[in-house]
Parts: sequence; structure tokens; C-alpha cells
Amino acid sequence: MKVEATATGKNVHPLLKVENLVKRYTKRSLAGTPEELLALDSVSFTISPGTTLAVVGESGSGKSTLANCLACLESPTSGNIWFEGKDIVKLEERACRQVRRQIQLIFQDPASSLNPRWSAFEVLVEPLILQRKFNREEIKKRVNYWLGRVGLSQDIVGRSPMELSGGQRQRLAIARALTLEPKLLILDEALSALDCSVQAQIANLLMELQGSLGMTYLFITHDLAMAAHFADEIAVMDRGRIVEQGPPNKIFIQPEQETTRRLLAAVPRIGRGDQSALER
Amino acid sequence: MILPQHELEDGRKQVQRMTAILEIHDLHVSYRSSGSELSPALKGVSFRLMPGEIMGVLGESGSGKSTLAGSLVRLLPGNALVTGGTVQFEGKDLLQANPDELQAIRGRHISLIFQEPSLALHPTIRVGEQVRQVLAAHGSRGKRTLNERTRQIFAEIFPEETDRISRSYPHQLSGGQRQRVLIAQAIACGPSVVVADEPTASLDPTTQMEILGVFRRLRERLGLAMIFITHNPALLSDFADHVLVLYAGEVAECGPAESVLGLPRHPYTKALFQSTPAVSGKPGTGRKAKLPVILGDSSRSSLPIRGCCFEPRCTERMEICKEREPSPANLSVSHTVSCFKYES
Repeated sequence: MKVEATATGKNVHPLLKVENLVKRYTKRSLAGTPEELLALDSVSFTISPGTTLAVVGESGSGKSTLANCLACLESPTSGNIWFEGKDIVKLEERACRQVRRQIQLIFQDPASSLNPRWSAFEVLVEPLILQRKFNREEIKKRVNYWLGRVGLSQDIVGRSPMELSGGQRQRLAIARALTLEPKLLILDEALSALDCSVQAQIANLLMELQGSLGMTYLFITHDLAMAAHFADEIAVMDRGRIVEQGPPNKIFIQPEQETTRRLLAAVPRIGRGDQSALER
Repeated sequence: MILPQHELEDGRKQVQRMTAILEIHDLHVSYRSSGSELSPALKGVSFRLMPGEIMGVLGESGSGKSTLAGSLVRLLPGNALVTGGTVQFEGKDLLQANPDELQAIRGRHISLIFQEPSLALHPTIRVGEQVRQVLAAHGSRGKRTLNERTRQIFAEIFPEETDRISRSYPHQLSGGQRQRVLIAQAIACGPSVVVADEPTASLDPTTQMEILGVFRRLRERLGLAMIFITHNPALLSDFADHVLVLYAGEVAECGPAESVLGLPRHPYTKALFQSTPAVSGKPGTGRKAKLPVILGDSSRSSLPIRGCCFEPRCTERMEICKEREPSPANLSVSHTVSCFKYES
């Protein structure tokens, strides 16, 4: 079963098409036969430009392995990843660098993904310098533009990421990813480490950026409520497989798989009033 | 997984007849930063914990919730300074206790569970031995009794695979299992109060539920009272009996869980709950809509010098909020709100 249609219903060329992606890790023990672990078991899906696909699942279900494969940080054992019609699995290092620019990752904990010994400015300019395409003027212009775009003031550039609050740090990570004007942003639990009130601020920022820039997101999370709020489609992963995929309404009202029902049952809710939504 | 309503009611009636096991009154804690400057972390926190009660403490980072956990057993960083208040445990003020008395109370009567189970466990000692060492440290018993007691505790926490898990090293266990080992250590000496500081923050939702289930079962079986600290309000519904909302080191709201979570009164609590997306299966209910946010932040530099500490971010502010601090107003016997809207 291939889900080609998207939630928007338009018949657009997908930005990303993943076909039968397999990632197998081999665990070697000191004695005995090596153990095999199937982290991704023929995963297939597509994402249309300007939409959000949420990938939900318990820890160990292969969500982060998927993110790493898509960002060319790990090479899959087999399968294809088509990004704008190009298969990025077989690319050489030089061509791969061009693609990586288009696909950026944002991690769960900005405190550990940003270098604490750099200033916010250094954090922001590093990707631009590595691309070796921009002169000083242009780098400055871009940094200033994106700082404003994510709602950070200019005077934080001299501070270290550790002097910023959690929300400011995650905004900095987003600004850093956006300086290269990527087409796809992979958000690997990008909201989970933040306080509730800050989560809402960052979620709003991401939705606003999607509206104005047409960003495409792959939103990896275990927060089903946020996934339902945010995403056009939800894919449920269990032990390396996508067991169920569909628009949030369908996943919430008619979950077909045991895994989905278990995840839904574990969503904590405030108050007892909302309970009725699930019992229908 | 949900306690039937009548059981909860019964439990609460029993609770009300008893006296508090832990009573915190007007607790002030500050941190000494560079120089002699003092930055306050807790500003007059008071509450009572009844035997067998689960008190959920809710607050964002910087609200002082971990400082609260630490000050209950006097395990605070070296630059922390308790500047006022009392912590009464079974009639004794822990803040005045000497080191020997404290050592006798920690673990045996009040124990602490930390957030990160992979950091709290020793990586190269089997987890069974780590629980046994806790027992040994709190009372020298014979080898046989120690081993027997360790086995009982493991059987309590891990009804299945008791022996396999107690012989494992931390890295061989999952995040949820490691957290359970920490719980085993915490209950080993039969304390009456367990303070858990964000015990489920690093776990995925299904495992979170499982751990909450373990806590709930322990409360029923051993009558443990608990202070459960979290930043996630949703975790507390169906779990906590009372909820205490901390904001910038002050108690914004405190009351029975169903009334605080079901009908929050303080503007901060209200705004906090609205900012989490609701799980609704209804088609087109505000999906992708902007989530309501609380403007500004609670960092120390943005707190007002005078008046209510939430005033700069409050949408329901009045003239008086800028002038002086609100005192807790009683909505019912056990529900208090620190806001002028409810002062009579």
C-alpha cells in the first residue's frame, strides 16, 4: 500500500520519496555469532513540498535512524531516497554536500547540539563559511536576517549558547539551520526538551515559517498531541516499520494498529474532560 | 489505570483526618552568585504533605522546583543558602537538624529519585548489588537478611524476571527498567516520603505511563507519600492528589488535582494549560492554528522589582498587581490562589 496522495490533496511532485529503506546494524560480541538488528525495515513514504509528516513511535522504533539516513549522516543498507527526483543514497561526497545543504536537522537538546565555547554568532556563521560561497558582507546580512526571522534580538550574538534560555537556544538552532535556506527541515524531537509554554512558542514559529517560506518538515516526536496539531500526515513506527500512516483525524479516530492505540492511550491529558475524544 | 472516583474520594477523606507528615512553611532559599549577590530561588513556599498523598509540583525551568526537592533533604549545592522558613518532618525541623540526624532521615524516611537514571547508577556494578548497598548503608544487618531483603524489593518492583534484572548491569537495561531500579533504591529502606525530581522526563510516553503505574501501586501497597516534580501538567491528571504550581519561586496556585487541573484559576496556570495542544479527534478543530502562548519569559532579569511576579506576562493584570504582591487567597479549604482577582 503506497500512500501517494497528500493531505493537501494536490497532485504535486514529492519533495522527498523514500522507497524500501532498510538499515541493518550488526552487533559484534566478543564470542559467538554477530547479532543483527533491523533498525529500518523497508520504510516507504513521500512528503510533498510545504507539508509536514510526523513520525511517531516509542523509543527504539527507528525514528532517529530514519532521520540520520535522510540527512546523509548514515548510509542505508538498501533502498532509495529520492530528494527532488535525485537518488541521494548513491551520491559521492561532493554532490552529497550540496544535498545536505537542502536538508537540515534540528536536534532535541540545543544545549548539547550547540558548541558551548562559541558565541551565538560563530554558531550561526559556521554553516555559511563551510559552504565557501559567501563573502563577509553577505554572511553578516544573512545572519542578521535570520536572527530577526526567528525572533531573536541582535544583541545575543556575542553571548555563548549556554547563557541563553532553552527557548532562545532552540531558536538559535533553527536560525542556524535556516541560514542555508534548506528545503527540508528534519525536527528530531525538537520540542521535547522545552517547557510547555516555550514549546508552544517554538511550534508557532515553525508553523509561521512553513506558511511564509513553504518549508517542508519531517517532525519526529513521541508527543502525539503536538504531532496532530502540527502535521498533515502521521506515520506510526514500530520496530523499524511504518505500521500505519494517515491524516491526524484518521489516526486519532480510527487507529487500526495496536501500536497506534497504545501510543494514543499513553498521551497524558490535562483534566478529565478531554477523555471523551478517545472513547468515541 | 484510572482509580475509580469513589476510591479517590475515600482516600482523600482518610487523608484529611490525619496530620501532615511533612510541613513546609515559608521556605526561602537563595543562591550566592559571583560576589556577594544573592539570587532568590524560593520565595516563601508553604505546603503540607499528608501521609500517602501524591503532591504534584508543577513548574518550568527556573521556577525553583529542583531547589525545593533538594532543600527537603538538605541536599543543595554549596552556594545555596536557606534564608528562612521551616521544614517539619514528623515534628522535627529538618533545617535545624545536625548532619547525623539528617543522615538518619535521608533514605530511611525521606528518599530522593533523580531525573537521569543512567547518571545516577554506577555503570560497572550489577543493579542488585547497588540496591543492596543502599540497604547496607542505612543499617548494618547480616549478609543473609540483606540479600533476602534485596530480593524482596526486586520482586516488588520487577514481578517478572526478578533475578535476571537484579544480576544485570545498568547498560543492559532499558530506560524504564533503570528508572525502576532507582525506585527500588528509593524504597529500599521503607521511607514514608519519596521526592521524585522529574523521574519520567527522559522516557517515552508508554514508559512514562508504566513508571507512573509503579508509583501508584507503591502508594497503594506501602502507603508512600510522594512529591512528584514535573514540568508536564498532563502527567499529573489521574495521578496526583494535590497540585502545587510554582512560578519564579513562589506558589501561584495549590489545590486538589481535579480542581487545579480541571478548572485552573491563576492566570499563569490557565495560560500554561492552554498552550498545550489538546488531543481531539474532531476534524478541523484548530489544527495548525497558532497555539496561545505566554508572552515574555520568567528569567530573573525580566521579573518585576515590585508587585506580583507574573504581572509582566499576565493578560488579566490590574493596577494593584504592579504595586504589591498578592497573598494566597482561599477558594476552598485546600485550594489557594495567589492572585488579586480572588482576594476578597
